[in-house]
Amino acid sequence: MPTVRIPTQLRTLTGGEGTTTVEGSTVSEVLKALDAAHPGFAERLYDESGSLRRFVNVFVADEDVRFLDGLATPVPADATVSIVPAVAGG
Amino acid sequence: MTFVTGLTCRECGRGYPAEALHVCDFCFGPLEVAYDLDAVRASISREVVEAGPRTIWRWAPLLPSTPPGAVDLGAGGTPLIRAERLAAELGLGELWVKDDTRNPTGSFKDRVVSVGLAKARELGFKVAACASTGNLANSVAAHAARAGMRSIVFIPSDLEPAKITTTAIYGGTLVAVRGSYDDVNRLCAELTSEQPTWAFVNVNVRTYYAEGSKTLAFEVAQQLGWQAPDHVVVPVASGSQLCKIDKGFRQLAQVGLILEHPVRVSGAQAEGCSPVATAFSHGWDTFKPQRPATIAKSLAIGNPADGTYALDAVRRSGGALASVTDDEVVEGIRLLARTEGIFAETAGGVTIATLAKLAAAGVVRSDERVVAYVTGHGLKTVDAVSPVVGPTATIDPTMEAFAEAVDFQEA
Repeated sequence: MPTVRIPTQLRTLTGGEGTTTVEGSTVSEVLKALDAAHPGFAERLYDESGSLRRFVNVFVADEDVRFLDGLATPVPADATVSIVPAVAGG
Repeated sequence: MTFVTGLTCRECGRGYPAEALHVCDFCFGPLEVAYDLDAVRASISREVVEAGPRTIWRWAPLLPSTPPGAVDLGAGGTPLIRAERLAAELGLGELWVKDDTRNPTGSFKDRVVSVGLAKARELGFKVAACASTGNLANSVAAHAARAGMRSIVFIPSDLEPAKITTTAIYGGTLVAVRGSYDDVNRLCAELTSEQPTWAFVNVNVRTYYAEGSKTLAFEVAQQLGWQAPDHVVVPVASGSQLCKIDKGFRQLAQVGLILEHPVRVSGAQAEGCSPVATAFSHGWDTFKPQRPATIAKSLAIGNPADGTYALDAVRRSGGALASVTDDEVVEGIRLLARTEGIFAETAGGVTIATLAKLAAAGVVRSDERVVAYVTGHGLKTVDAVSPVVGPTATIDPTMEAFAEAVDFQEA
């Protein structure tokens, strides 16, 4: 199962855990499974139109999914998915 | 004391106390420092400012931390230079260059680091950290050394050699990461969650740190005789500096130090990393991330955190964004050096070349009072220009050799 790394801001939803594992073979499925296991994730990650919020970045194996297939990006079973706040740098 | 009332999310408006927070817990939007501007207005005056130190700390009432003593290398107070020869070359009228190469470590980053680390110490942090394209690395390492803080600085491993040396010399921990700046940034954003006792100035202390760039507007207004200029041209990496300059001029008017005056804000990028300029020219609401490929490494952020806000500020103010090729960057560095005696790093070349482009297009106009921000010193990126400049001649030490080799006309 893929591992998901959780940023500080969302650890209240995981009981303080920084990583968790969930089923899923695409980014969209992984995030859906995350919300099923820890209700509240969907509301925090998606805006009203169902897109990822613009200050949420998601990486699969350290690659920004915006350079891949976005929410449809495949997630291998041994991959790590990172949820990272976009506000950094410069 | 400060006049800070708290932090506010720029996206959803939720409020937070002025603690070690940088993004909204709910929507991940960036937090912005909020001030009691009426109280600032009641206590600040031109005389009070002018009697203050000749550094950024004369603007303390409009900053989120107090004059820090120990985290101060003397940032700010840099010259604003009337650039008549450059203006003539570009067909402009009243042109000024804010020469921010003249900071303690040679770039504007000293302004933000001094503010950010002052706040970090107030919040109890003992370690200064950052993700950097070089200038910030220099500044964090130097300020941490001065303050007796430990530092850990992350840079892309392909950085200019000078910027690596000028960081390492201060003796902190320097980690070169095999990857782009955006990779380094992502790593640091993740590390912040695991190392909550480290003050990453441009991650978990970024809200405070970024406020230091407002002093680039404050100083210019004061140097112009307490007036805002008509048009400014600013380099764009994360977009934060541009947003804060825009905010700085507006805040000065809000606290009564200058009259309200619209300032057109234009942004400069290198073509090899131009997500914000590309979004501007296509009319997009937000940018698409890019993989940078440019000699202007200090601007090589393909995924700029404030890109959308910079776009908004440029459009709202009636400015423009444009990008220039690496060859034009080198020409921009040479033009500024040749006409005004200021040696800028590649980011300064981007600014000057973009200014030239916008002037040629009639966007920056000859009837405007224009300020170009040159924010880093040329000695940091000597490699960019060393292939195209050198001795006029190399000769034996004889009169004949000189006469033969050099045709020097006095006029």
